[in-house]
Amino acid sequence: MTRKQRRLTLISLAGVVLASAVGLVLFALSDGITFFTSPSDVLAKPPAPDQRVRLGGLVEQGSIVKEADGVVRFAVTDGRATVPARYVGILPDLFREGQGVVAEGKVDANGLFVADTVLAKHDETYMPKEVVEALKKSGEWRPEEGSGPAPQAVQR
Amino acid sequence: MIVEIGHYALVLALALALAGGTLPFWGALRGDVRLMAVASTTAVAQFLLVALSFAVLTYAYVVSDFSVQNVVENSHSLKPLLYKVSGVWGNHEGSMLLWVLILVLFGALVAMFSENLPLKLKALVLSVQSWISAAFLLFVLIASNPFLRLDPAPLQGRDLNPLLQDVGLAIHPPLLYLGYVGCSISFAFAIAALIDGRIDAAWARWVRPWTLTAWCFLTLGIAMGSYWAYYELGWGGWWFWDPVENASFMPWLAATALLHSAIVMEKREALKIWTILLAILTFSLSLLGTFLVRSGVLTSVHAFATDPTRGIFILCILCVFIGGAFSLFAARAGSLGQGGLFAPISREGALVLNNLLLTAACATVFVGTLYPLALEALTGEKISVGAPFFDMTFGPMMVPLLIAVPFGPFLAWKRGDIVAAGQRLLFAFGAAMTVVVIGLALMGTPSALALFGIALAVWLMVGALSEIGFRTKLGRVSLAESWRRGAGLPRSAWGTTVAHFGIGVTVLGIIASTAWNSETILTLKPGETVTVGSRVLTMDGFVPISGGTYTGTSVRFTVREGGNVVATMEPEKRLYSVQNMPTTEAAIKTFGFSQLYVSLGDISADGSTVVRVYWKTLVALIWLGALVMTAGGVLSLSDRRLRVGAPKPARRSVPLPAE
Repeated sequence: MTRKQRRLTLISLAGVVLASAVGLVLFALSDGITFFTSPSDVLAKPPAPDQRVRLGGLVEQGSIVKEADGVVRFAVTDGRATVPARYVGILPDLFREGQGVVAEGKVDANGLFVADTVLAKHDETYMPKEVVEALKKSGEWRPEEGSGPAPQAVQR
Repeated sequence: MIVEIGHYALVLALALALAGGTLPFWGALRGDVRLMAVASTTAVAQFLLVALSFAVLTYAYVVSDFSVQNVVENSHSLKPLLYKVSGVWGNHEGSMLLWVLILVLFGALVAMFSENLPLKLKALVLSVQSWISAAFLLFVLIASNPFLRLDPAPLQGRDLNPLLQDVGLAIHPPLLYLGYVGCSISFAFAIAALIDGRIDAAWARWVRPWTLTAWCFLTLGIAMGSYWAYYELGWGGWWFWDPVENASFMPWLAATALLHSAIVMEKREALKIWTILLAILTFSLSLLGTFLVRSGVLTSVHAFATDPTRGIFILCILCVFIGGAFSLFAARAGSLGQGGLFAPISREGALVLNNLLLTAACATVFVGTLYPLALEALTGEKISVGAPFFDMTFGPMMVPLLIAVPFGPFLAWKRGDIVAAGQRLLFAFGAAMTVVVIGLALMGTPSALALFGIALAVWLMVGALSEIGFRTKLGRVSLAESWRRGAGLPRSAWGTTVAHFGIGVTVLGIIASTAWNSETILTLKPGETVTVGSRVLTMDGFVPISGGTYTGTSVRFTVREGGNVVATMEPEKRLYSVQNMPTTEAAIKTFGFSQLYVSLGDISADGSTVVRVYWKTLVALIWLGALVMTAGGVLSLSDRRLRVGAPKPARRSVPLPAE
């Protein structure tokens, strides 16, 4: 093989690898990503039953019901709309009523949000960014709760 | 007073870094030997000063000096000593100081242990290194100074985030930083080569040990972080494709590619420009990782504090160094000249394939990590890119690479024989196929995909050993003769085998723990039992616990197998009183390489407790494999060839014979 042919082989190999990488990324971007929604969005335009979404908001006061074997029912609210949710498993330590939460899962035919992942804060002063945005949109954002120590922390 | 000494030492270090960045550089351009010699002195002095400063901050933590704001915000007088010390880098300011400390440590090591390096190259390398440390010292002093005082001083500190109060914090960040920052050395060598306009096999021989060292630490650091998340977060997951994890994984992929391309450069003087590009890319990704984690762009346990000025500062450093490096690359790369010729099927070709797939995989991780940030900045739309994206992109890129790995060492330089390599790998192929056949017979077609993964792992492990088996003529000569041949093989050959074997071990752990894990969530009362496979867990009761700044409850479980007690496990629920933060401590018991993992949910007033029990088959192999890979790196590092002086530039045009 001449130098030119060898180089051509290398370049086409690189081309094949790159093209398949780009193809995979484009395919995955249309299928493997999750959109963030707020409770108002879910009520206004419910996502398709097989579409995974991230739902962000506050856990509504008095909504947590713990059933047998780790089944938990709660409601996510942004002040204007409330979506009931169900989750099986152990909740994060900082999952509490009145606190920010991000749940990942699907909305079923009855409008129930079936969560397979629930994320809460890593510490008392942190509010998930998506939740802050959702609350700002619905006009329920009170900076003193989100940026300072959370209410529970003050009660000690 | 002592605290001010630490602060002052940092200012002095900055001044020295500026001097060390300019004088030797000027000397190298003018050929002034005395100016070039300044580089080593300033590099060592910078290290001593930053080390002093770091020691002072550690002292302030150990004696709980609450007149220092940083100590107040992150420490507590009742915290155990270990967490007082590790708390030094358990916050933004302290961790940046650790970053700089490791940066200047590497500079000092180059200054002290590179006596055979040509003076000009050494001066250029150290001055590039000084520029980086000057930028980060400036950042520490201006935007994240750990030595700020508080007046009046509070009586007690606010304690460290409980999730960070763990041995993991003492080990994970220093290891990861040694890896991240160690990449700066290959970057500095690449920039020096571009400025000098000269690059040869000797260059690769100098760069490789530094890259290998950084790679070993990065491997350990990532594995340690993964294990920490696994046992501390209580979800039983070991990798979340979290942007912060990706930030450390991207430099690892690039550094792995660099290690392999530097071999081609060293043996055959080919791929010069590509190797330089990879060296720049690897450190750029390290800087990007620092930016992502430290700027507050991402909210996570790693982003200790969000302050926009810091983000912009690091972004500026990022742009200057990466932009500068790539401009220099664009201007000078063409002058570096052509390398040796090779056929597509050859050792070089295999290493090119390795590089292509690793960098393409790195690019997919890059897209997945930054796309949500870019989309949000441009359209305001919020998405999250999680495991499904990476399973669809990163996974398919890895499969051909892993299949190809065992072939590489069997191909000769310049022109390889793929059929002969295949014949030598027949045994490995047979072993992998046997696993599939036995597995299908035992478990049926539903496990076919998992069995393919297991076969891949076996292929990797047996394939790696086949190379040593072939070179020692195992089975064809007497065992003693094979032993003698094995002992005579260069350590770098053993290093390759061990590291490639380690990938197989990790793949085995990943596949087995994903395919054959069980998860049980149920409510238990004292005296009740839960069965996991052949083991029965009995909940015995509650034990109150307390320590340092927390109080809590542990639940005692007895594990029985066939009626015999094999283990007791005590998962805990803790409440850290200062931050009023509850945490869960999972209990883990290892059986062979598999693990039983018990984590607690809420404890009700009547004593019933939500319990999550996982069985994870062979999960420990994931991290064990990383240890084996690192051992391979260390073996290769101890090779005589890398320790003894590299050939002088006079020999650089002599072509090396093909093996």
